[in-house]
Amino acid sequence: MTRHLTMDEADTRRRLDDMVQGTLGTPFDRPDGPLKVTGTAPYAAEWQSADLCHGVLVRAPVTKGRLKAISDEAVKALPGVLAVVSGEKMLRNPAQGMANEAPVQGSEDIVYFGQPVALVVAETFEQARHGAQALKLEIERDEDFAIDPNAVEPEVPEDKQSSTGDLDTAMRDAAHSIDAVYTTPAHSSASMEPHASIAEWDGDSLTLHGSYQMLKFNRNELADSLGIDPKNVRILSPYVGGGFGSKLGIAPEAIAAALAAKELGRPVSVSMTRQQVFETTMRRSETRQRIRLAAGADGKLTGIGHEALVSSLFDEGFTEPVTQATPFLYRGENRVIGNSVARLNRTCAGSVRAPGEAVGVTAFENAMDELAEKVGIDPVELRRINIPDEVPSQNIRFSSHKLAEALDEGAKAFGWDKRNAKPGAVRDGEWQIGMGMSSAFRVNLLIESEARVTLKADGTAEVETDMTDIGTGTYAVLTQIAAEMLGLPPENVTVRLGDTEYPPASGSGGSFGAASSGTSVFLACEEIRERIADAVGCTETDLTLKDGMAIAGNRSTPLTKVLDGQNFEAKGHVKPGEAQKKVRQATYGAYFAEVAVNSVTGETRVRRMTGAFAAGRILNAKTARSQCIGGMVWGIGMALTEDLVHDPRYGQIVNHDLAEYHVAVNADVPQIDVILLDERDDWANPLQAKGLGELGICGAAAAVTNAIYNATGVRVRDYPATLDKVLAGNT
Amino acid sequence: MRPFDYQRARTLSDVASAAQQGAAIIAGGTNLLDLMKLEVMTPERLVDITRLDLKAIEETDDGGLRVGALVTNSDLAADMRVRTRWPVLAKALLSGASGQLRNKATTGGNLLQRTRCYYFYDTAMPCNKREPGSGCAAIGGFNRIHAILGASEKCIATHPSDMAVAMLALGAKVEITDRAGNDRTVSLDKFHLLPGDTPEKETVLEPGDLITGVVLPAPVQGRQIYRKVRDRASYAFALVSIAAVVDVKDEKIARADLAFGGLAHKPWRDAALETALVGKPVSEAAFDAAADILLKDAKPQGSNDFKIPLARRVLISVLKEATR
Repeated sequence: MTRHLTMDEADTRRRLDDMVQGTLGTPFDRPDGPLKVTGTAPYAAEWQSADLCHGVLVRAPVTKGRLKAISDEAVKALPGVLAVVSGEKMLRNPAQGMANEAPVQGSEDIVYFGQPVALVVAETFEQARHGAQALKLEIERDEDFAIDPNAVEPEVPEDKQSSTGDLDTAMRDAAHSIDAVYTTPAHSSASMEPHASIAEWDGDSLTLHGSYQMLKFNRNELADSLGIDPKNVRILSPYVGGGFGSKLGIAPEAIAAALAAKELGRPVSVSMTRQQVFETTMRRSETRQRIRLAAGADGKLTGIGHEALVSSLFDEGFTEPVTQATPFLYRGENRVIGNSVARLNRTCAGSVRAPGEAVGVTAFENAMDELAEKVGIDPVELRRINIPDEVPSQNIRFSSHKLAEALDEGAKAFGWDKRNAKPGAVRDGEWQIGMGMSSAFRVNLLIESEARVTLKADGTAEVETDMTDIGTGTYAVLTQIAAEMLGLPPENVTVRLGDTEYPPASGSGGSFGAASSGTSVFLACEEIRERIADAVGCTETDLTLKDGMAIAGNRSTPLTKVLDGQNFEAKGHVKPGEAQKKVRQATYGAYFAEVAVNSVTGETRVRRMTGAFAAGRILNAKTARSQCIGGMVWGIGMALTEDLVHDPRYGQIVNHDLAEYHVAVNADVPQIDVILLDERDDWANPLQAKGLGELGICGAAAAVTNAIYNATGVRVRDYPATLDKVLAGNT
Repeated sequence: MRPFDYQRARTLSDVASAAQQGAAIIAGGTNLLDLMKLEVMTPERLVDITRLDLKAIEETDDGGLRVGALVTNSDLAADMRVRTRWPVLAKALLSGASGQLRNKATTGGNLLQRTRCYYFYDTAMPCNKREPGSGCAAIGGFNRIHAILGASEKCIATHPSDMAVAMLALGAKVEITDRAGNDRTVSLDKFHLLPGDTPEKETVLEPGDLITGVVLPAPVQGRQIYRKVRDRASYAFALVSIAAVVDVKDEKIARADLAFGGLAHKPWRDAALETALVGKPVSEAAFDAAADILLKDAKPQGSNDFKIPLARRVLISVLKEATR
């Protein structure tokens, strides 16, 4: 039996609050944790297969051109080399998230430096890598390329522009206004596990061990790229070593591995080198954001302008949705919101953790800090007085809105009242000390998802779905949901993920994974509860399940007895519906940071950081907290160091390794405190849970740069706030 | 990575016979292996010297310290004699790389590590250091980490070591054995070369030469400071670093041994700057004048313009701290 739900209305039953097992919401340890820390969880490239050979992708060493020929005789003669694969099926770049079809294909047209144009396959990885480096490409260079987003005429898509009221007049009449331009550089996901696939054919059937986030889409993308029936494709991704958006869509290594495996009749493994991960997987677009704020004497906003320029590769549908959250952030009836896109010969731009808000809210929250100073009120208070009653200019209400509470709780825990509002006023020896804050916003989504739950005759349960765990804690939270609903100790629940043979899930992306796939598990469990209730002769709502016992009325019966040798199996299936249109669903939070800026060198060190977040019901206190900490660590990186640099002449990524692309390291990360607010969002889903994976980065960097301003009086509007920029304003 | 032969040397004469044309010596391999994977370096043979007896740290008769070429950065930084008598060196070592790398990296290898220039590491880019005569992509490109002193039109790369900067300020000498088994000693300030027209040649070592150790002279009177400025708190190369041994007598500067990292193709020392400081009363004017001397021929490259004011600020700050 399948229980279906289309989320059209709020679910006010809050059934999980009726459950008594007591595992949901606790800091339950990841069941997959011991495997991962002992190195026994097999990641994509670690699958053992007899006869396995290895392929290494070959990069185009030009910005633009045409691949005329490949002279592969010399390489084919190298020891161990088995094949050189190229041609019209090779992927130019990864598919965008949820594309569900092949991305642009073909190795002939080269449109960015580093584009994979061939694969060299050999008996060993080392032989293949040498072959890839030695392969001679005959390329007709085309010097007519574009690499500077400010030097091309951008596209201005109509559906990405909106305007209400009269912002120009509002700006003119404003008691206080801000009109400033902020820039953020390109970013890389830089996940720990490089992108890797092992492809193996059995007749017409392909099995791919890959490192992917959204298998039901990836299966179709892979099949479409190869021109085969998706039924003949199986993808396995039980463990993924970080994705952050870079593994949403099928990528060049998977297709290359499949093509080579078909040609050779042997399984082929293709792992990207770290440099290839930087060059050929999705980057976050750089942004240029003009932000205008018009406010009355009291600081209440009357107008908002947020216009962004981003870039992407040609023929790509996705563009960084910088202003995605802007329509509902704050009050102010006069608005101009728009996104334009420059088409460039640069590595493809796509989703990187919290596309849109990560950079859009960050710059906006810098502007709010500037406005607070102009108005002369506390930055927290400025946010508070501008919280709208309903979504401005859309006349729909919020499903739940906890920004005020997050601001209050965060400020209290951080000790915001001790901040000296005067910039440059606090010193500790050579260091200038400052505090800054910002709000967090992220849209909330529900995506179609299915799962199967089997309550077995022995009283244990199994959950199966092609959902992925990309380090986020899916194994843990799905275990907890099933255990809670079925009244089982969590050790009696086994969750199986990452296999397209299982019912298709939402996949991991956009922070929707836990709530979407969790709802499908919840629905399947509800169905099983009905069957148990039938068997013990009560209604489902009168049934209590705890520790393997079914309790109804005064009778307590072991589940094994109720099951009587049978398995109870059910599927859950959730689809988004009208609820996403009837109300605005979002998650909220507030960040507070204390920084020390060295008055000699301009180096900034974050001293401590606090984040308060509301994301509906918290499914696991430990993994939720870890997600928030991770997001804030990314925020520190965005604020201070991360900058994917493109060469000004050729557009290639210059700092394509972890030595020179500076993510925050341990020494950059101070004590981070996380407060998770108690919330139930009935409009989100029957779990009342919302997405949390990205909320921690949606404005975090602004808290740091606002703190730099408070410490020094230097307003860095061009991210990252490296020491040279801080010094330039601080002499 | 190109296929290569591997040979383990058990004696110095093994090294001499194995270290022929096309061979590279490997100790910790923390830089060499990366470069080989990228085919920036393509030795036909690796001569592994890690079994040689060059792991001792011994005091010399005159109160100095001889550090074997195979002493790891971790061991050297932890040595109690280094920590108490040459603290500038211990601090420099600990500010470099990561714990894991320092456990592998050796004293000799650290001196010989290659530049971190992005274009040197990308074989699709011209680089006179990697491929003499091909050009320099860093000039006119992104050159945040590049040199402002002593660069040439052929190369603007910097030397990335922290350890070598401290050793240079301490007046260290490099002990070398050549292929014939003859020993010689080269002062560290003569060991590394400026790029000139041959940026591929980075040291005075000739084929078949092996660094066997580094000798630190006896510690001198003075305050020792190592200050490193970088883009993140750890695991980043110096934008500017300064090793200082500075002594003050009767409110006058009696000694100012100063070495700089992140500014040039080699750890940088400027005798004129030191001469100008010694004998001067401790004063901001003297520090300013010293910075003027250091930077008088500084040439920025675009993305590293900030290094000029930064080097000035850091130098003045270090001198203030050292003379406080």
